[in-house]
Amino acid sequence: MERFAFLTFDGLANGAVYSAFALALVLIWRAARIVNFAQGAMAVAAAYAAYAVTSATGSYWLGFAAALAGGMALGVLVERGVMRFTSHSAPLNQVIVALGLVLTIQAGLGMLYGNEFRPVGTPFSRDAIDVGGVPLLSQYDVFVFAAVLTIVLLLALLFTKTSTGLRMRAAAFAPEVSRLLGVNVGGMLTLGWALAAGAGAVAAMLVIPTELGLHPHAMDLVFVTSFTAAVIGGLDSPPGAVVGGLLLGLVLSYVSGYLGSSVTPIAAFAALLAVLLARPQGLFAASKARQA
Amino acid sequence: MELHGIGVRFGGLVALEDVTLTATRGHVLGIIGPNGAGKTTLFNVLCGLIAPSSGSMTLDGKPLKPKPHQLTRLGVARTLQGVGLFPGMTALENVMAGATGSAGFLSALLGLPSSARSERVLRESARARLDEFGIAAYEKAYPATLPYAVGKKVALARALVTRPRYLLLDEPAGGLSEEEIAELATLIRTLRGTCTVLLVEHHMDLVMEVCDEVTVLDFGRVIASGAPQEIRDNPAVADAYLGVAA
Repeated sequence: MERFAFLTFDGLANGAVYSAFALALVLIWRAARIVNFAQGAMAVAAAYAAYAVTSATGSYWLGFAAALAGGMALGVLVERGVMRFTSHSAPLNQVIVALGLVLTIQAGLGMLYGNEFRPVGTPFSRDAIDVGGVPLLSQYDVFVFAAVLTIVLLLALLFTKTSTGLRMRAAAFAPEVSRLLGVNVGGMLTLGWALAAGAGAVAAMLVIPTELGLHPHAMDLVFVTSFTAAVIGGLDSPPGAVVGGLLLGLVLSYVSGYLGSSVTPIAAFAALLAVLLARPQGLFAASKARQA
Repeated sequence: MELHGIGVRFGGLVALEDVTLTATRGHVLGIIGPNGAGKTTLFNVLCGLIAPSSGSMTLDGKPLKPKPHQLTRLGVARTLQGVGLFPGMTALENVMAGATGSAGFLSALLGLPSSARSERVLRESARARLDEFGIAAYEKAYPATLPYAVGKKVALARALVTRPRYLLLDEPAGGLSEEEIAELATLIRTLRGTCTVLLVEHHMDLVMEVCDEVTVLDFGRVIASGAPQEIRDNPAVADAYLGVAA
């Protein structure tokens, strides 16, 4: 039972990060109908920016701010500089361009910082706090939950309660009509990329210290897992991405705890397969049916 | 609003040729013609969706080089053929999207009071429009669940929420019942005086009833223009349009 409780909290903490990363994927999918395969590499680049700033200043928080700002700037750059010029005639075009970006970014980071793992510090202790004699979650886990919750709430507020969010949704649903209503569709698209890349950068900042450390490929597996989470959630649904991330975090934590960590990647794909077979539209397809 | 010698070519196809027309302030100008006459193309030129290959336009006496996303700022609103609502947004949100608030992105993101206020103003004016059209009960409904006529009204409310000085209506009566068309006629008449209306429509009774002037297009050219009665009596129009319709 103790083990189960520990695995549950650990799974939720990992799941929260998958949620944030999946949310970023869903944001871009909704805005541009592109699965941003470069999101992992972009987030790692932002984490390297944080690493550089933290190394120079000694402050974790300055580094965190640099990751957020750098991530958003990279999102703008990728949208304005690359994706905007990619033809939409075939979906594969954007996939190939995104994969090209992955190679470019990862190779660039390798040349700049080398290909070894670099240990990254955390602002809070990672020692689990005992609750009733059971080590459940650490201060850092609480920080992870709080950070992801902040992202989710801010994005939810933006999209449901502000005119900017309304314009972003309108631009995503029907660009031509939105344009006629005075919406700067290109600007909304850029904003969507900036927000998604910012969320991705924060997710990378949260997860990298809990794994092997900073490395150009540090987010590869997180990307695959989060992509699975987004698909589980229906790819079109932000709440679906959040729930999908948490669910997958739990499942993978139980699998790794009871069956061994070597099975974890297989379990992620098995979950993806199961969802695609049983419910290919994702668990949260209701909103999609509503759109039809 | 004036158009001088507007021409549009798609490759070898002439969609519009030397179209000149004037929309008098506060009047309702009907634009009619058989299918493919270039009516919607004309609207697309006015909205900046299609760049004309020749001719010029003026709005309030100033040269007009329309860009779609700047139209509302110029006081021009347009409805589309069919309904054209945003599928994943409620009726109220659809209307709000028409009245894009001026709250800056950052203040909106941070939820600053100014943004909350403008947000509220936006919501209230959108709600007032729905109420005016007698469809306030549908404000939380999604477009797919709306009766067709209600959807059309929502689209019209969305166009009017900016209080435009020019309203381009593209086949507003399409798919409506006689009763609903009568309601639409009443509405267009109430706009007369405050708003210049350009009406593309196939429903001849509506056009004859509400328009101050009518321009007839055929194969991209203006073949007649004048008061509704003159148009009705014009044999060239009967040949090109009414003859075909009958």
